[in-house]
Amino acid sequence: MSHAADLPLWAAIPVALLLLAGAGLTLTGSIGLVRLKTFYERLHAPTLGTSYGAAFILLGSMVFFSVLQSRLTVHELLIGILLIITMPVTLMLLGGAALHRDRLEGNDPAVPPEDKAAEPQADHET
Amino acid sequence: MRRLLPHPYMSASLFLMWMLMNESVSPGPALLGLAFALLGGWALAMLQPLPLRIRRWGTALRLAGVVAVDIARSNLGVALVILHPRADRRQGFIRIPLALRNDTALATLACILTATPGTAWVEFDRESGVLLLHVLDLIDEESWVRIVKGRYEQPLMEIFQ
Amino acid sequence: MSIALLSWSLLAAQVMLGLAFLCAFYRVLKGPRAQDRVLGLDTLYVNGMLLLLTFGIRSGTILYFEAALVIALLGFVSTTALSKFLMRGEVIE
Repeated sequence: MSHAADLPLWAAIPVALLLLAGAGLTLTGSIGLVRLKTFYERLHAPTLGTSYGAAFILLGSMVFFSVLQSRLTVHELLIGILLIITMPVTLMLLGGAALHRDRLEGNDPAVPPEDKAAEPQADHET
Repeated sequence: MRRLLPHPYMSASLFLMWMLMNESVSPGPALLGLAFALLGGWALAMLQPLPLRIRRWGTALRLAGVVAVDIARSNLGVALVILHPRADRRQGFIRIPLALRNDTALATLACILTATPGTAWVEFDRESGVLLLHVLDLIDEESWVRIVKGRYEQPLMEIFQ
Repeated sequence: MSIALLSWSLLAAQVMLGLAFLCAFYRVLKGPRAQDRVLGLDTLYVNGMLLLLTFGIRSGTILYFEAALVIALLGFVSTTALSKFLMRGEVIE
């Protein structure tokens, strides 16, 4: 860590906070991946890490390198843009594929549209 | 102008990405970036995508702000659901009839809903225009329909149609 | 002072991301179904990418950033391909 010796404290504090917040959010999302019961619930869990979890860590990296090299370092934005564009696409495809597979096996998790209010749809899968 | 720059948004974003990657504003990389932007626009024109027209920039910017705040809020909500599971939490699918038909607007709506933790776009029936949405914390179906239609669909219609 | 603060918070962030990595890996191993494994793999990619970024801050080079960029790209492509396979691979009857 000797390269960061001349990093002023006013920059080190936000970088540390951003890193901790981002890593915490990502960890929470991944815990959700373990804890939530059904696949469709788990589909929501990684978005924590890919939305603000990644944003905080990228922002922390941007602040760190900008202050350290005393010039604007923004190439982390590229990863951010890439994540924003690609993450919804993969999750949508995966959700669609899962629904398709469930339907092929004959247990449609989505109750037919007519009487969806009539029966609760909380637990269909183990 | 149309022949030189058939897809101005695509070319502009390619140029921006190139400059981000190089992180300098010296003429060399800028010139190369310009060449890539033009080539990218032409290549896209050969694929003949649907034309993209953004009618209201103000609404688009406001929608981006709304989405950023909503994603932050639902980040906290989903984190709470994961760390403190409630026994009475109900998950489930809801069907929302959409009036949107523009492909770009639909794609944008799909990205917004999937990027927001707590909602996931699962299926869209192009003929009937009904969207199948999975919601992690389903309190009230009516309010979800209202949120999607009022908060996102309305501005998207203004922007793209 | 700022070095101590930064290196401890970096260590904490790396431990958290490492745990997140393990959680995603658990989902890959456990399943129970193929889509769960693919979802776990996708999360694994993102967590690994973020971990690489923190390594980049620790070492002060931008080499890790480039690796992270490549991982982000490859993660998208592989997850998309796997989802497509899940959708089409079993249709053959």
